[in-house]
Amino acid sequence: MSIWEYANPVKFIRTTEKVLPAISIAAAIALAVGLFWGFFLTPDDFRQGSTVKIIYIHVPSALMAINAWFMMLVASLIWLIRRHHVSALAAKAAAPIGVTMTLIALFTGAIWGQPMWGTWWAWDPRLTSFLILFLFYLGYMALWAAIEDSDAAADLTSVLCIVGSVFAVLSRYAVNFWNQGLHQGASLSLDKETNVADVFYQPLLVSIAGFVLLFVALVLLRTRTEIRARRIKALIARERMET
Amino acid sequence: MMPDLGKYAEVVLSSYAVSLVLLALLVGLSVWQGARVRRQLQQIEERRKSNG
Repeated sequence: MSIWEYANPVKFIRTTEKVLPAISIAAAIALAVGLFWGFFLTPDDFRQGSTVKIIYIHVPSALMAINAWFMMLVASLIWLIRRHHVSALAAKAAAPIGVTMTLIALFTGAIWGQPMWGTWWAWDPRLTSFLILFLFYLGYMALWAAIEDSDAAADLTSVLCIVGSVFAVLSRYAVNFWNQGLHQGASLSLDKETNVADVFYQPLLVSIAGFVLLFVALVLLRTRTEIRARRIKALIARERMET
Repeated sequence: MMPDLGKYAEVVLSSYAVSLVLLALLVGLSVWQGARVRRQLQQIEERRKSNG
């Protein structure tokens, strides 16, 4: 069996019909456990106080904001190379999820920054590249909405996605590229010295798993919707030609 | 049950509230759009079937 079989819309709809309920339930459980554990059962940080609890939303949403764009990049490249409509529609379906995750990351970062850094916002490399990524998401969705011909829209948004990937990479690694700005390094690290303490780390991992599963469930659900919307468009066009 | 959030209660609670509302809106909208488009497609396919 080849992965390209799922590029067939009928096969995609049939397969996701079976897996979507299980992924959705797993997402709801992981999110509920991760956020409950993080909010109710973890201690305050000795420096950040109770604001450390924001990490269970901020880090997973920021992670998904960047990775959603990378998923869109892979799907866009598949569209450009192999011309599978399902991959273009999957990229389109992921954008509203990515923009929501980016908005959550920006909002929770700003609201945490006010008491901790003394400012809501700074033109710090990571924050700035994240803001630009947010604008790229908006531009990407606007471009899909503005172009009537769906193949042309898929082509142009794919190119935009490739360009925007620079800012997705910068959002992730800006802290490492420039030793300036307010934003600290990665909260999750393989280096024990820089990683967050286990008491925060474990619920954070569960919360991240919840956000990843939520993203997968929503992408599948929204891609199914996009496939059906495309079918409606095709049927209406056929009806117009017949009459 | 509610943890003591101290002087940062407003900051923590508003972060969670806004984030959960945004996530709920995203899920709700995705489910609603999915159901609407599915219904529309069914109607069109039934109409085409009945018209031969």
